[in-house]
Amino acid sequence: MTDALSCPVTGAAAPLPEYPLPRAAECPLAPAPTTQALRAEKPITKVRIWNGTTPWLITRHADQRALLPDPRVSDDDLDPGFPYVNAHRAEIAPVTPRLITNTDAPEHTRLRRTVNGPFVVKRIEKMRAPIQKIVDELIDAMLAGPNPTDLLKAFAFPLPSLVIAELLGVPYEDHDFFQHNSGVVLDGAVAPEVARKASGDLAAYLDNLLTKKATEPGEDVLTEMAGRVQAGEMSHTEAVHMGVAMLIAGHETTTTMLSLGTLAFLQHPDQLALLRATEDPKVIANAVDEVLRYLSIVQTGVRRVARDDIEIGDVVIRKGDGMIFDLHAANWDPEVFPEAERLDITRPARIHQAFGYGPHQCLGQNLARLELQVAYGTLYRRIPTLRLAADVADLEFDHTGTTYGVRGLPVAW
Amino acid sequence: MRVELDLPKCVASGQCVMAAPDVFDQRDEDGVAILLQEQPDDELLDEVREAVAICPAAAIRLVEQ
Repeated sequence: MTDALSCPVTGAAAPLPEYPLPRAAECPLAPAPTTQALRAEKPITKVRIWNGTTPWLITRHADQRALLPDPRVSDDDLDPGFPYVNAHRAEIAPVTPRLITNTDAPEHTRLRRTVNGPFVVKRIEKMRAPIQKIVDELIDAMLAGPNPTDLLKAFAFPLPSLVIAELLGVPYEDHDFFQHNSGVVLDGAVAPEVARKASGDLAAYLDNLLTKKATEPGEDVLTEMAGRVQAGEMSHTEAVHMGVAMLIAGHETTTTMLSLGTLAFLQHPDQLALLRATEDPKVIANAVDEVLRYLSIVQTGVRRVARDDIEIGDVVIRKGDGMIFDLHAANWDPEVFPEAERLDITRPARIHQAFGYGPHQCLGQNLARLELQVAYGTLYRRIPTLRLAADVADLEFDHTGTTYGVRGLPVAW
Repeated sequence: MRVELDLPKCVASGQCVMAAPDVFDQRDEDGVAILLQEQPDDELLDEVREAVAICPAAAIRLVEQ
C-alpha cells in the first residue's frame, strides 16, 4: 500500500491545464498532483473546461475565504460567463427556477431562510437518536449477513437514504427509485437527455408527494414546504425543486463519506485506534471534520462568475470571468493544515472548506456531520476487526460525478 | 470585547451555535442567528473566535471595547 506521504505533489502544469485534473492512480484519496502544484506556484490561474472556456482556478485556502463571501462573486448561472460543471447543467440552467443554488443576496438570503428551518442545529440534534437506531439496525443486518460483504451496499448506501427519507417524509418503498435517479443525475458521464429524464422523474414523484402532504401531513420537511406553499411563501415548483436538490445533495455525498471515510481509517490504523478508544463527542466530532477535510469529496470545484472586476494578489479577475474553487486543494493547503497529507484526527480541522465557504455553504452540513459522527462512532466500535477485503489497487473509483466515490468497498471482519 | 452580528448577511447555517452555544442561538422558524450575550466572559472568547472564523457569511465580528 502506498503511503499518502509519498504521493506526488508536482506534475508538469501545462500553460492551460484541463480541469478537473486527474488524481495519481497510486494515491486515490489525495488531490490531483497538478492541483497541488498549482496551489504552490500559481494559486490563481486559468484552466480550460469541457466547453473550451477558460475560467480561473483558485486553490489556496486564504484566497477562497476572501473570495467566496465577496458579493462580487456570483452564483448566477444565467450569466454567460458562468463555468458550468457539464453539458447537462448548462442545458438546464435557463429552465431552472431561481433557487438557493443559483441566486445571490438578497434573493438568496430570502430563499435560504425559507428552507433552513429543518436544518437548525437544535432540530438536527433531535435526529441523533433516530439516526443511532438506523445505524444499529444496519450493523445488526450486516453482522447477520455474508462475510465478507460490500460496505457500500450494506451500510453506506442505505444510511443516508433512510435519514433523508425520514427528514423529507419519503416512504421507504420508493428508496431504490431515488437512489438510482439521483445517481444518474450526478453522473457527469451520462448523456444530457438521460440525466434530464432522471431529474424529471424525481421532480414528478416529489410533485405528487408534495400535493399529498397538503392533505395528509406528517412531521417532515415536505409537509413543512407544503405549508409554506399554501402560505404563499414559495411556489409549488420552487418547493419541488428544493426537494429534489435536498434528496440528491443528501444521498451520494454522505454515502461517499461513509465508504471513503472507512477506507481512509483502514489505511490509517493508528487514527482508527484513537477514534475507537473514545466516546468523547468532541473528539468524534473533530475526527469527522478531519475526514471531511482529508477527503474533500466535491471533485468538480465550486463554480462562480465575477459580477465586477476583482483585484486579488497580483491578479485581476474581470467582470464576466468564470471562477472555480477547488476545495480539496484548499483543504490540503500547508499554510493552514501543516502536513496536510496526514490524516490526524487530533488536529484543529474545523476551519476546512469541504462544505464550501460563503453564503452558499452546504445547507445540510449539520445533518451530514451528525450522521457521520454516529456512523464513525458506532461502526468501528461494534466491528473492531473490520478490514478491507480487497487490494486498494483493485477498487474502482468514480472520477466522473460531482462528488468522488468508490463503486464498491469489500470488507470482512 | 463585544460581539457584533450583521443580521442581513446571516444565512442561518448555525455554525456559530455549534462553536459557541452559550453566546449564539438560532430562531426556530428560519435559523437566523440570535446573539445571547453581547459581551461574553473571557472564558468564552475562544469559542466566539471560532464562530467568527467559521461563519460562512462572515457576519460575526469581535471588537475591542
